[in-house]
Amino acid sequence: MTEQPKAVALISGGLDSMLAARVVQEQGVHVEGINFFTGFCVEGHTHAIRADKRAEERQGSGNNALWVAERLGIPLHIEDVVEEYKEVLTNPRHGYGANLNPCLDCKVFMVRKAREWMEAHGFDFIVTGEVVGQRPKSQRAKYLPVVSAESEAEDRLLRPLSARRLEPTLPERMGWVDRERLHGFHGRSRKPQMALAERLGIETWAQPAGGCCFLTDASYSAKLADLWRARGAKNYDLDDIMLLKVGRHLRPRPHLKLIIAREEGETRFLEGYRRRYPHLRTVSCGGPIALLDGTLEEGDLALAARLVARFSAGRNAESVELEAAEPDGAPQRLSVTPLAPQAVPAEWYIG
Amino acid sequence: MARTSLDCRNLLCPMPVIRVQAAVAKLAAGDELAVYATDPGALQDIPAWCRVHGHAVLSSEERDGEVYLLVRVGGGASA
Repeated sequence: MTEQPKAVALISGGLDSMLAARVVQEQGVHVEGINFFTGFCVEGHTHAIRADKRAEERQGSGNNALWVAERLGIPLHIEDVVEEYKEVLTNPRHGYGANLNPCLDCKVFMVRKAREWMEAHGFDFIVTGEVVGQRPKSQRAKYLPVVSAESEAEDRLLRPLSARRLEPTLPERMGWVDRERLHGFHGRSRKPQMALAERLGIETWAQPAGGCCFLTDASYSAKLADLWRARGAKNYDLDDIMLLKVGRHLRPRPHLKLIIAREEGETRFLEGYRRRYPHLRTVSCGGPIALLDGTLEEGDLALAARLVARFSAGRNAESVELEAAEPDGAPQRLSVTPLAPQAVPAEWYIG
Repeated sequence: MARTSLDCRNLLCPMPVIRVQAAVAKLAAGDELAVYATDPGALQDIPAWCRVHGHAVLSSEERDGEVYLLVRVGGGASA
């Protein structure tokens, strides 16, 4: 090859993918980033819900992948895979992890999408930040070949952080990258990555607690499982999975769930769903907005109102006045006694 | 030079960025794209996306809960 080799790097926004891309960049490869929006990403869409202090402090985009792309000086292509991802999540060939996280299937899916992008755009190979043995399933040594094979990326998939522990890939054999300048990281220790970051002059990066995907979160997974149970089917749309990230979720009846805002940002966010869900809000005192998801049977509206009043500033008052409204209907007023904390069973709380 | 509008209201980031990316792919260098959004994150994310792709944000503002950006497509940069 006389032209500059071209690689597409999966950029999650975390440190490892940033390092992997930089290591290859340093060898003269033209690198462009790709990032997949599944709907379950921890960051990237939460500005509307809460102020992103971290982004304010470090300046620039609140989207970690874009922030990384700017630091690397590479174009970033963000792909909407929400629809395609449903099959990965609802029917994972390799099963789930500790929660509803289909990590191995997810990695196969993303590398396959990157491979398709690589072929469509005339690129030569794919770069990921995978490290042998770092994650309990998707990065175990025996599963890395599964990712290469099932994605059909085969030996065009380069893992620069662990390459020296793996069979030489096409970019190494062809001399597009020098294997000796790649790394042999393994295991869960982050020290080698920290040291490499320091050597490369990378001082700041995102450190999402518990990973970059809500599906690894036990509370989130419990809410998703509850949604599927209540529907009797594993299906969802983007609004469903966004709403699982917001508010207190309580299911006082099998057919009725309440999503109750916990703070001002969540209130603003939930207000955007007033045209889709029946909702309640307090009017005689400060309090949250609550969306009602399900069907309302006899007595349910009063129960829901008492529950919302319990989380309002009037929780100790004898009565609280609320406004209830259907998505397309005129609001109606009702006055209720807030439920006492002990009258809210723990099993009503989801997640 | 053409100017087109893109309505990204009620979309949460990164969807406005993804919509901008798709719209810019159909435009020529020098064309302008007026973007309307409601997620305040678009004020940071769309300019960041433009910077890494070589496009220019000519103006941006937030008013009455809405975000407006005017993007000029750069030459030679891929979307």
